[in-house]
Amino acid sequence: MGFRWDLVFSSLPTLLQGAKLTVQLTSIAVFFGIILGTIAGMIRLSKGPLRLAAASYIDIIRGTPLLVQTFLIFYGLPSLISRPIPAYTAAVLALSINSGAYVGEIVRAGIQSIDKGQWEAAASLGLSGSQTMGLIILPQAFRRILPPLGNEFIALLKDSSLVSVIALEELVRKGQIIIGRTFRPFEVWLAVAVIYFVMTFAVSRLVNLAEKRVAVR
Amino acid sequence: MFAVKKLSVLLLTVLFVLGAGFSALGQGVLKVATEAGFMPFEYVDAESGELMGFDMDLIRAIGEVLGLEVQIDNISWDGLIPALLNGNYDCLIAGITITPERQGAVDFSEPYFESVLTVVANTGTEISGLEGLAGKTAAVQINTTGDFTASDLADAGELKGVARFDTVADAMQAVLIGVADIVLIDLPVAEAYLAANPQAPLEHAGPVADNEFYGIAVNKNNKALLEQINAALAELKASGTYDQIFQKWFGAN
Repeated sequence: MGFRWDLVFSSLPTLLQGAKLTVQLTSIAVFFGIILGTIAGMIRLSKGPLRLAAASYIDIIRGTPLLVQTFLIFYGLPSLISRPIPAYTAAVLALSINSGAYVGEIVRAGIQSIDKGQWEAAASLGLSGSQTMGLIILPQAFRRILPPLGNEFIALLKDSSLVSVIALEELVRKGQIIIGRTFRPFEVWLAVAVIYFVMTFAVSRLVNLAEKRVAVR
Repeated sequence: MFAVKKLSVLLLTVLFVLGAGFSALGQGVLKVATEAGFMPFEYVDAESGELMGFDMDLIRAIGEVLGLEVQIDNISWDGLIPALLNGNYDCLIAGITITPERQGAVDFSEPYFESVLTVVANTGTEISGLEGLAGKTAAVQINTTGDFTASDLADAGELKGVARFDTVADAMQAVLIGVADIVLIDLPVAEAYLAANPQAPLEHAGPVADNEFYGIAVNKNNKALLEQINAALAELKASGTYDQIFQKWFGAN
């Protein structure tokens, strides 16, 4: 009963299939998360009536576990709209909505970190509020937002394993299935861990690269 | 000086707490793991919070025969065999079907229950056993015989797909919310679920595989315990205690 390297290698094709779904789900959720988060973050800083809605969205999503949100969407929502929600859709919804809340806070903090003088200078040059936001503030904020945004995506990539509970066969679920047939948890979980690490390491390198590109020279 | 004293007290407390974890593996105790989502074999009683069911009564009776105090932990189905293999438990009783694959990893006691897989589907279904499954999606509890059978059927093109959930309740819910068409599950569990959830528009529609047998799983390096459990099972059958437990949970037949 030594360590079975053969099992690590023989489970790789199945695990990589799961990793593909993990990357797919995370990418889609990141895409919608950025859109949702940018909107929520900016609305939260605005003075409009939607401000409270954006703040509630961020507070409620950050204040409840992603696992519970996934269950609520998958098992709860169908009875509200009286039609089934496929597991894939439910997972994309849960991950996107969850990510959007965290991105919202990142965007808000990024915008607030830009010196007030920038607003005043833009106003004295005759720029409107939305021009200032789009041309002056957001480009500068983006530079500061990038590192925490990278963090959030690495976290999301790992957290996406939670959607295995609604029968989506991403990386963790594939690992469980192999263990259920081989009874060798150590080898399989080790392979799963290595694949996750390769993926998150690639994301963090990409974010570093992007940071360098937008850095002030 | 005072800080050092405080620190040593803290360290001793930590050691004591850690030690308590190990001492539970002592003599005179049978450490059992189950997954209590498998009514009527093992479930958590809603009122008392106690582990109840046919398996629970049986293993407690076995403990009594052997003169061992039975301690049962309710853990995840997926973790049962790994937790037995790494020595956290002495045996598993969780409606585990004896399969050649599992026998490669653990030893099983003599069979203590004969079961069969059935199909659960929405009421009024045209499915009967293996008939009419083409194009359907099956919900199953991951790594159960229901999962293995459904996976084989899907590989053979007789099922559209398999959705694997952590618990029986989740798999049943998947049919109720319309993301799956059927559940492949052990007949007694299907009957208990339907009896406990009379409002659920589900019915069971015939057996789908050969009969299967449940066994108590024991680590392969613990032949002594395996023999003890088999001897206790034989004694319970001879004394009529097994029949009493059976009747309590399944009635006359």
